[in-house]
Amino acid sequence: MSTEISSIGALETASMNTEEVTLNMGPQHPSTHGALRLILRLDGERVVSAQPDFGYVHRGMEKMGETLTYPQYIFLSDRIDYLASFFNEWGYCLAAEKLGQVEVPRRADYLRVIVSELMRVTSHLIWLGAMGMDLGAFTPLTYTFREREMVLDLFEALCGQRMTFNYMRIGGVSRDLPAGFVDKAKAFLKYFEKMPDVYDALLSKNPIFIARMKNVGTMPTDMARSFAVTGPNLRGSGTALDLRQSEPYSVYPDFKFQVITRPEGDSLARYQVRVEEMRQSAAIIAQALDGIPEGDIMSKVPRVFKPPKGEAYARVESCRGIQGFYLVSDGSTKPTRCRIRVPSFANLAVMPTLLKGVHVADVVAIMGSLDFIVPEIDR
Amino acid sequence: MNYIFDPAAAFAWCLEQLRTLATLVHLPVMAGEWVGSFLVMIGLFTVCSVIVMILVYGERKIAAHMQSRLGPMRVGWHGLLQVIADVIKLMLKESFVPAAADNWIFRAAPYVVFIPGFMALIAIPMDRGVIPAHVNMGLLYILAVGTPGVIGILMAGWSSGNKYSLLGGMRSAAQMISYEVPLVMSVLGVIMLAGSLDLAAIVEAQKVPYIIYQPLAFIIFLIASVAETNRNPFDIPEAESELTAGFHTEYGGVRFAYFFLAEYVNMFVLSAAAVTLFLGGWKGPFLPGWVWYFAKTFGILFLFMWFRWTFPRLRSDQLMDLGWKVLTPLAFLNLIVTGLVLVLLK
Repeated sequence: MSTEISSIGALETASMNTEEVTLNMGPQHPSTHGALRLILRLDGERVVSAQPDFGYVHRGMEKMGETLTYPQYIFLSDRIDYLASFFNEWGYCLAAEKLGQVEVPRRADYLRVIVSELMRVTSHLIWLGAMGMDLGAFTPLTYTFREREMVLDLFEALCGQRMTFNYMRIGGVSRDLPAGFVDKAKAFLKYFEKMPDVYDALLSKNPIFIARMKNVGTMPTDMARSFAVTGPNLRGSGTALDLRQSEPYSVYPDFKFQVITRPEGDSLARYQVRVEEMRQSAAIIAQALDGIPEGDIMSKVPRVFKPPKGEAYARVESCRGIQGFYLVSDGSTKPTRCRIRVPSFANLAVMPTLLKGVHVADVVAIMGSLDFIVPEIDR
Repeated sequence: MNYIFDPAAAFAWCLEQLRTLATLVHLPVMAGEWVGSFLVMIGLFTVCSVIVMILVYGERKIAAHMQSRLGPMRVGWHGLLQVIADVIKLMLKESFVPAAADNWIFRAAPYVVFIPGFMALIAIPMDRGVIPAHVNMGLLYILAVGTPGVIGILMAGWSSGNKYSLLGGMRSAAQMISYEVPLVMSVLGVIMLAGSLDLAAIVEAQKVPYIIYQPLAFIIFLIASVAETNRNPFDIPEAESELTAGFHTEYGGVRFAYFFLAEYVNMFVLSAAAVTLFLGGWKGPFLPGWVWYFAKTFGILFLFMWFRWTFPRLRSDQLMDLGWKVLTPLAFLNLIVTGLVLVLLK
């Protein structure tokens, strides 16, 4: 295919004058998933080079980390990746707990797992819908949003918020499960069980969808590793790195689940990994709901949280990859350094390599399949 | 005897009255014809607009219900007046021409897109004897006048002074030219069966709808029509996730409305052509012809909408592959088989 195209291209340049066009895709564009600008050099319909330009949503999250106290920052961490708020909170809390040597009650850990896995499901749902929309299929989006709505209702019952929760605390969580939460969550899981088949019927059983996704944006596992790509993108390239199993934190050792990998590394593989991961998350949630222990949801943490001097790095497996927080304490109420490792940054970094030589239409497909969140990149 | 409105009789009666009127006021009989043609055109434009309104409303409702939504519900009963509100909104908007645009080409493009579709509508028989302009080579006529629309899209894409528009216009030109071939080839089988290019004669010749004899041609025609009207899964010229809105990115207000109108009119024309060629046109039991005609046409249009809200979009090279490597050879095959069978049966 590619040889065919390039030979046609060579013919054209031999017989007439053609020139490359620079196309600014974004920062305002329907499928850059936020304010991201891609500088594309185009030769007809083919991309010669792609240069991402980001920073339009920079909010100084890391600097603000130095000016806010530890508990104050949790609400801000929600906004790093607004589709994976619980993971940001969790990562930050883990780092702070490491610094202050705070133990977390088991019940709180179970609650954290439940909400985070629900979050993973919602994030993958949005991704699935947006992926379909990037390829021109609008309908799956409305279905995935319908399901997401049910999870958001659960979150709302739990902590009163639907997007940015401010739910976790250093040493536990802020609220216990409301009455009926477990039943509602189980009802959702039962309903959700069949849903991946519905999406399959709409998308992955469709020959057009397969044609658009298969062998598009192929990322060999070496390339993925060299760009520090993590999460479903890495697992779609055949490397089974999932912190929940390889470096288990919290109560993840209690649960049985599979780490999904696909060897192909193309957009379709990334799609399949995410759809399967939703199933695995549902399995984890079901196990967690059954096994919630009784007990406190907060450990005894002093009202003014002053961790001793030192540094701590904690990372969680967010829905987009490894989300890490590095905190340095000087013994005061505020960290002196707050560094955030976001998965989307690495997932974006691989873009220029993947986009070389593809069609304009594939730019959207590849960008969609990498699932990055622009505010997270800019922080 | 027939209490349901009979458009054929009404149509003939109106023309007769006009001729009489012309002779009464000492004008040549032709003047009556001219006035008649003019009135027919205005009438057709009205019908056309009403059809488009129904289609837009229908599409929004169908899409909504496919997507577990309700669609327009606020303006009028179940949002019935939403389309009118939208038309008023588009009318009242500023007619904006971007500074980088090629002024006159930019202004002319929407009409160049719209008029061919409208012209094609003239030659399609809606009922026995109801055909705004009876062309004895009607099929050739609608295929011919349907083609220049692509020039309008190319004009829009070129003159907008926007790279997305340019890409959209180029894609559209490539696509429409490619799909013109299988579209025309698939129709040839029907012509061989009917032995005529006259659309009314083709309908009369269908003892059973030709879809029975020409199922492959029907499918090719349907796919090619979807591609001709730039609709999903072939909507790459206006692929909103890649090219924002493709060739009509820079258009707003009334000019955008014309593109919109053109898309739906073209859809209607091609559906009506499919009905005429393959589904027996106005023919059907019990109900009057025009009811059958509209019922069948809206059935095909529903298929178009169903496609749009179910399928993802093809990539431009895959689209070309499908057109040239699959549909065109199949259309030729169909043509050869039809010819052989006809010769053998003789």
